[in-house]
Amino acid sequence: MASHDHAHDDHAHGHDDHHHGPEKGIMRWIKTTNHKDLGTLYLIFSFTMFFIGGLMSLVIRAELWHPGLQFVDPEFFNQMTTLHALVMIFGGVMPGFTGLANWMVPMMVGASDMALPRVNNWGFWILPFAFTLLLSTLFMPGGGPAGGWTMYPPLVLQTGEGFPFLIFAIHLMGISSITGAINVVVTVLNLRAPGMTLLKMPLFCWTWLITAYLLIATMPVLAGAVTMLLTDKYFATSFFTASGGGDPVMFQHIFWFFGHPEVYILILPAFGVVSTIIPTFARKTLFGYDSMVYATASIAFLSFIVWAHHMFTVGMPLAGELFFMFSTMLIAVPTGVKVFNWIATMWRGSMTFETPMLFAIAFVFLFSIGGFSGLMLAIAPVDFQYHDTYFVVAHFHYVLVPGAVFSIIAAVYYWIPKWTGVMYNEFWGKVHFWLSAIFINVTFFPQHFSGLAGMQRRVPDYAVQFVDFNMISTIGAFVFFIAQFIFIFNMIACMARKGQKASDRVWEGAHGLEWTVPSPAPYHTFEDPPRIGDAELAAVHDSGAGYSDHKH
Amino acid sequence: MSSHAAPAAAGSPPSRYFVPDPSVWPFILTAGLFTVIVGVWGFLEHKQFPIALPIYAGAAVSIYIIFRWLRGVSLESEHGKYNLQVDGTYRMAMAWFIFSEVMFFGAFFGALWYAREMSIPWLSGEGTKMATHLALWPGFENIWPNNGPMELNGHFETVGAWGLPFVNTLLLLTSGVTITMAHHALKENHRLSTILWMWATVGLGVAFLICQAYEYHHAYEGLNLKLASGIYGSTFFMLTGFHGMHVTLGTIMLIIITCRLMAGHFKPDSHFGFEGVAWYWHFVDVVWIGLFVFVYVL
Ligand code: HEM
Ligand SMILES: [Cu+2]
Repeated sequence: MASHDHAHDDHAHGHDDHHHGPEKGIMRWIKTTNHKDLGTLYLIFSFTMFFIGGLMSLVIRAELWHPGLQFVDPEFFNQMTTLHALVMIFGGVMPGFTGLANWMVPMMVGASDMALPRVNNWGFWILPFAFTLLLSTLFMPGGGPAGGWTMYPPLVLQTGEGFPFLIFAIHLMGISSITGAINVVVTVLNLRAPGMTLLKMPLFCWTWLITAYLLIATMPVLAGAVTMLLTDKYFATSFFTASGGGDPVMFQHIFWFFGHPEVYILILPAFGVVSTIIPTFARKTLFGYDSMVYATASIAFLSFIVWAHHMFTVGMPLAGELFFMFSTMLIAVPTGVKVFNWIATMWRGSMTFETPMLFAIAFVFLFSIGGFSGLMLAIAPVDFQYHDTYFVVAHFHYVLVPGAVFSIIAAVYYWIPKWTGVMYNEFWGKVHFWLSAIFINVTFFPQHFSGLAGMQRRVPDYAVQFVDFNMISTIGAFVFFIAQFIFIFNMIACMARKGQKASDRVWEGAHGLEWTVPSPAPYHTFEDPPRIGDAELAAVHDSGAGYSDHKH
Repeated sequence: MSSHAAPAAAGSPPSRYFVPDPSVWPFILTAGLFTVIVGVWGFLEHKQFPIALPIYAGAAVSIYIIFRWLRGVSLESEHGKYNLQVDGTYRMAMAWFIFSEVMFFGAFFGALWYAREMSIPWLSGEGTKMATHLALWPGFENIWPNNGPMELNGHFETVGAWGLPFVNTLLLLTSGVTITMAHHALKENHRLSTILWMWATVGLGVAFLICQAYEYHHAYEGLNLKLASGIYGSTFFMLTGFHGMHVTLGTIMLIIITCRLMAGHFKPDSHFGFEGVAWYWHFVDVVWIGLFVFVYVL
């Protein structure tokens, strides 16, 4: 054995004989390669962005309180809709899920850390820089981007001086997503503890694995698309200019080739979270584990061949309209399999309704509403009327807020006792849940009606007959926003270690490796690959195909 | 970093997970890139501040950190800290990274395909677009190369496929062979011949870049083929340009690997640093074949 005289060499081996914890102060967070630290950073970043994006949405809702112009000028209104979407998607939901993956995937598969810890650090620290670029455009001549988060040319090319910052911010976010995704893929494929075969992994790892694949496949395409925007504006290329032989519609194709898989990037990890929480509180194993895996994989595959359902009204050949209409409807099949499995998991379970479970059940119901409106939008001739109305806004907010965002909230409630060692306050958790669940519907349900009646999205003014629906929406939005502070304070209390101590198992029905370690989970969890008890695996997986290789 | 050279044989026991120390490299790298971006923004928006300063300073910091990082990784590897699992990690990560690069090029190949199969035919009245065609640009024909109905940047000629581009194809294909020879030599522990084959590969890469630079010069000065030459110029220069950037990067990585070989790094049975660069080089090679067929020949 070589004589290592340098302390940090020993540390790199993960020796526990001098088990020093993290460094102190700000440098700990800047230098950290620890998946738990980085998970925390990701989550804090994500909730900061939810806050900023939320403020923007309140500007939008305040402006829409009444027809006519009230508070902001139309140019600024459009900057708000554009930045709200970019901040929520790339700053809120995606880093939120990456934070959950950072915390949970290594613990779930029995690894000591993510596969590439330094790259992991890089992936996180890119984000604050990227969003500094993006948000600083608001203070520049010409303001922030205002052409919508989809950045369609030629409109987006009229952005002011901040335009390069928009493009480079997207480049940076892409690098961050790809590094995060590679980390997840490699951790899942290469660092699983002995005995944990792929089909015995917790479903959260599976959905994240497939999400990561989608990220690696599509973020570079987005990078290519925005690079073409940049060269079109500054280097006289004509990708999206008809006079030079290009076509603005080409941008839409390239963008949505990224964009539709992106919406699944925003929802697949949520599926994983819900598939973890529901079995715990129904005290049953997940119904149809294998079909869940296959359904996730089919969704990922299909998501690459449906993109032009965002472009039905742009002028496509009839064959294109038909193809994309039917392929889109196909996605409802695996999605239906999932919803069925969640319900079947709850069937005859001995259920209790702690806060994470409430959010998970709300997810199943409200996400399904978003799925149904998606099906309506998938019908091309019908979409001719719905496109670019508030009906679309209602659709994607149902899948994204009570969908993706609820799942992040549910996951934080579910795992924070493991992270901090302290139980959150259940009473305030329930209050938070009911306020959120009610007011999210107050906010978005009326938008179905105003949309069907013809109210257009991304316009600060509207016809007077929509005023009631809009006032209801605005009230819902403000209450929902305020209600989130209950959650934030609840979580801060846990982080400040104020509250009841949590047991190691935390939830009676919880299974999986993460529940076998102490609460709070030690800084380095599995320095040696753990031996996994059969009971732990059997509880994650129902007795399906994954067990055929397990007979003695 | 640590100057002591632990015997390479000592490795962390394979059952143990390897976890690196905390590191400031990634943060500083991002700060460097951020500084470059601010400089480039100044350049694009014609700002008055000395634009070169942030660009050069940021680039210098970034490059320095990348070298530090790579050096740290190679030292860790040479000090035997990596077990087989880490090796697997690097392999998978590199493979997925290359996949992401493939998708990046895919966007630009897609744009080329779309322009030739969709937008140009439509602008010339195909499908249901006849009325638009007659109303807007009645004389416009569906031919390739094309710089659009407004003939942006005026008349231009294209680079013939069977001149320099063909030479370049041969150069890169040969370099694919030489790097494979180097790999075989390394596996048989013929270090000198490995190094010679590697320098041959580097030489071919540099030769490719020189030809490419000459070709660009000729296109701009002799053929009036520019980035601004409509959709042809856009796709031509963006595809070959990004490829050229990747060849440049690949060549630098080849040089680094060759220097490491000369410093005695890598063993016949464990040399992922070498293989990763070789994969990258083959990837660059394959993209070029795609370019040669779809940009130059067809
Ligand atoms: C059953 C599954 C789904 C179907 C059939 C579906 C269908 C559609 C269609 C046809 C549109 C285009 C509407 C238009 O612009 O006229 C659309 C828009 C959208 N969908 Fe979905 N969708 C589904 C699930 C989801 C999920 C799971 C998410 C995200 C978590 C999502 C997010 C979005 C977003 C963000 C938009 C609007 C994009 C924009 O124009 O800004 N959808 N959906
Ligand atoms: Cu879609």
